[in-house]
Amino acid sequence: MDNHTEIDTKHNHGYGVYILVWLALMALTGITVAVAGINFGKITVATALTIASIKTYLVLTIFMHLRTESKTFRVFVGVALLFLIISFILLFTDYSFIVRN
Amino acid sequence: MSVQHSAAAHIHRDDVASRMGMWLFLFTELLLFGGMFILYSVYRFTHPEDFHLAAKELNTVIGTFNTAILLTSSLTMALSIAAIQRKQKTLSILFQLLTIILALGFMVNKYFEWGAKFHHGIYPGSDTLLSRPSGEILFFGLYYVMTGLHGLHVIIGVVIISFMTVFTIRDVITHDNYVKLESAGLYWHLVDIIWIFLFPLFYLIT
Repeated sequence: MDNHTEIDTKHNHGYGVYILVWLALMALTGITVAVAGINFGKITVATALTIASIKTYLVLTIFMHLRTESKTFRVFVGVALLFLIISFILLFTDYSFIVRN
Repeated sequence: MSVQHSAAAHIHRDDVASRMGMWLFLFTELLLFGGMFILYSVYRFTHPEDFHLAAKELNTVIGTFNTAILLTSSLTMALSIAAIQRKQKTLSILFQLLTIILALGFMVNKYFEWGAKFHHGIYPGSDTLLSRPSGEILFFGLYYVMTGLHGLHVIIGVVIISFMTVFTIRDVITHDNYVKLESAGLYWHLVDIIWIFLFPLFYLIT
């Protein structure tokens, strides 16, 4: 078992990958700030959240090693995020209805 | 000698389970902040104009600068793990110290940012704030609670990473036993992810 874990963790990223991801994160931050200046109307929030989600995906998969982690981890994180999204969706199907009336 | 050696090889350690435990803790953090994001989204939905006006008062430059600082600190944290995996102990310690310095820099910026707001009389319960429309009171209330709780996480992160640095110096964390550093890293990246969402939602409302 112990030997297994050791082999598992040997499977890791190099410095270059982390620096590339960091550059991408910085670039995406720049894009978010630049885009916020332009008024897209109702899709402005959606744009900001989409970029934030892309950044989160990069942090989760590379910095937090989910890409090299076993499938169980990915399923766990997926389920946790799914339930958070479900609670947002359920709340807003209800709330947008209440506010409109 | 040989007895000691074989005993050492059989010390029970399960790194995968340790990381899994850390992830489970992170899910509870997700619930904590998730609930607040839900509160935020409902109030923004019911008071769009007030949120728009109040957000204009936040300093976008400091916000952007702090985002860059926190993203960079996430990089140095990830690099410190990569370094320890490659038996580069000194480099790993250097990256951990850099992470701590960046985190403290983030808090210094927060201090000046909050200080300026307090100076203008905008803080929870102040007369200036209470004389404003209810949406703006809600915005600043959420701003202080959410960035405050996030700031508390940054401070806790600094303490945890400081312990990791001591562990690395004392060879408690080594190239073949670094799950503590990995878990600290997971926590630190979560703090980063929360800021990734806080930043556009508070500083960049157009």
